Amino acid sequence: MKILGFIIQKEFKQIFRNKGMLPIIFIMPLIQLIILSNAATFDIKNIKLSYIDNDHTSYSRNLISKFDASKYFHVITDFPNEKAANSAMLNGDVDVILEIPQHFERDLHKEKHVNLRVTINAIDGAAAGVESVYINQIIQNYNGHIKLSLMQPLDSQITFLSISTIPSFWYNKTLNYKTFMVPGILVLLVTMITLFLSGMNIVREKEMGTLEQINVTPIKKSQFIIGKLFPFWVIGLGLLSIGLIIAKVLFNVPIIGDLGLMYLYTSIYILVILGIGLFISNFTDTQQQAMFISWFFMVIFILMSGLFTPIESMPKWAQVITEFNPIKYFVQVMRMVMLKGSGIVDILPQLLKTILYALLMNGLAIWSYKKTN
Amino acid sequence: MKLFLGFVKKEFYHILRDRRSLFILFGMPIIQILLFGFAITNEINNVNIAVFDHSKDVTTQEIINKISASSYFSINQLIENETDIETVFKKGKIKAVLIFERDFNKKLITNKNPTVQIITDATDPNTANTISNYVNATIQSYVKEINKDTPIVYQINAQSHMVYNPELKSVFMFVPGVMTVILMLVSAMMTSISITREKELGTMEVLLVSPLKPIQVIAGKVIPYVFLSVINAIVIIVLSIFIFKMPVEGSLILLGFESVLFIITALALGILISTVSATQQTAMMISLMGLMLPVIILSGFIFPIDSMPLPLQLISNIIPAKWFIIILKAIMLKGVGIFYIWKETLILLAMTLFFIILSTKKYKIRLE
Repeated sequence: MKILGFIIQKEFKQIFRNKGMLPIIFIMPLIQLIILSNAATFDIKNIKLSYIDNDHTSYSRNLISKFDASKYFHVITDFPNEKAANSAMLNGDVDVILEIPQHFERDLHKEKHVNLRVTINAIDGAAAGVESVYINQIIQNYNGHIKLSLMQPLDSQITFLSISTIPSFWYNKTLNYKTFMVPGILVLLVTMITLFLSGMNIVREKEMGTLEQINVTPIKKSQFIIGKLFPFWVIGLGLLSIGLIIAKVLFNVPIIGDLGLMYLYTSIYILVILGIGLFISNFTDTQQQAMFISWFFMVIFILMSGLFTPIESMPKWAQVITEFNPIKYFVQVMRMVMLKGSGIVDILPQLLKTILYALLMNGLAIWSYKKTN
Repeated sequence: MKLFLGFVKKEFYHILRDRRSLFILFGMPIIQILLFGFAITNEINNVNIAVFDHSKDVTTQEIINKISASSYFSINQLIENETDIETVFKKGKIKAVLIFERDFNKKLITNKNPTVQIITDATDPNTANTISNYVNATIQSYVKEINKDTPIVYQINAQSHMVYNPELKSVFMFVPGVMTVILMLVSAMMTSISITREKELGTMEVLLVSPLKPIQVIAGKVIPYVFLSVINAIVIIVLSIFIFKMPVEGSLILLGFESVLFIITALALGILISTVSATQQTAMMISLMGLMLPVIILSGFIFPIDSMPLPLQLISNIIPAKWFIIILKAIMLKGVGIFYIWKETLILLAMTLFFIILSTKKYKIRLE
């Protein structure tokens, strides 16, 4: 026990002595949490709309003013013809082109219906879908107005059957992205710091040749490993705590669930990551290799965690892969506990899988660590 | 010149000798682009929905059938009372609950406008909003069907044309992004390590007393990595064309030229990182921790830049990846020539020069 205490003391000293690393470990993640949480939004706003008005009547102008009044659209300019508009779209200056045909008003009176041509830049397919929904909403709304003003007594006998839908968004009434992203980005930062640090740690001793010195001491394998990993475990939990305070104070993210449960889960989760780091460290010779491998897994873990894009949308085989992604479970648990107030029964599947994962990874890591070359 | 060539050769040997790193260097980007090209999508597919049907009549059944017939949703749970909604959401599998009110069919026929409540689990606001919109669209198209015999009155219809990506495939959005992230991180990481490694292992001293000028040392370090990254870029472009059916509407030569430019930008950034950090560990932490999330989030890879708050839109301008993604999409999907993207190209060029000049200035020719 006394030996273990000294190893831990040595590790802490080494971490705090490296002045170049301290800001990277403690300041950079928090700055990223604060800045990036504001950026990560799928909210479609400020859509750059331009129009070609071939009619120039009060009806066409009214329609455009409806778009101007909407908070989603930003009416940039009008173009004399299609060619100019298309060129602006190629340049990336506009997202949507609305083309009002000639005789728009006349046809509306005579034919009672008229078609508008809307061109949407669909490179971002999801955004284009949402933009199309917003455009239709505005036009439906405008339809309601003209119906009221143009309806003749004869027409009013026609009745439409209708169904209305009432959307309600639970746990996040205003669809605030920060509520969604802050817990997720916090998870990523805690994971990245602990994985990179633990992955590089032992291999660094190998590369510098100091591992040999430790190997010839009477320190036991388990003492050495626990001594190496404990400081990172503490750092991980420390980061989580500061991150939670930032989430609450700065972003006003609701923390509905049980904090104790969150810490219980995180303390097990960090063990998984440390186990992975240690395992990588055992199988590589240089810090460079260790970094490349940690980076490889990190990118996969991040992009397949369900944080940015939903897991349900992935093909089946990819969903199977995500079962092995610890970040996925952490993101799920954080969101469930923080935002929905889920209890231990609700997160039991994630908790059990994480415990199993932790046992497996640390078992493998200890097994593969050899004191002799 | 001969001296310089010898130095470049030495660097090549260093890289080629480390088989394991070499394997990782070429293997990883391929695995990643394949994995992400297929798996990353924000299209909605097979979302689990639960139904709470108060009336259980012909109309509600028809609507339920219509919804479950679409590939977006699968209805796999029926709920019988109010408190169950909370329970299924807390378990996390069900993303939305539809509630049909009492006497649905009767209200519909007597023109009393029955309502469907769409409750979504908005802890993921994007998915919640999309589900809500899609369910609404499905129900409205059902309404249109039952109304098809009634003549239309005073109606403007919008006919949407989705240009550059008519099928709204999210692959078109994500493949350029994945390509950028991989090139950026691999290139920056590789070079940032190369100089700090010499520092840490003590061989920097040898280089310092050699007749090579600082600029030659830096150039010699970068050149082999330019080759490696170009090979990586070619592999990625080939994969995205043949596996993901990404079109290249514009000129392939221009695409190649821009890719090389971006690789050099990323390598120069890596050099800059290595000149300011003392150990490999610091260099790698800066190039990984410092670059990974900003490149993923602020480059427009996943999140639209136009929707970000203004200060962040300004910050995004200093991310080289942002400009390369714009260039890639413009050449591959819009098929434009250099006249449409000269501004972005110039920005990348300026950034590269800036990084190179700064690192030559920062490169210490004396030991501490």
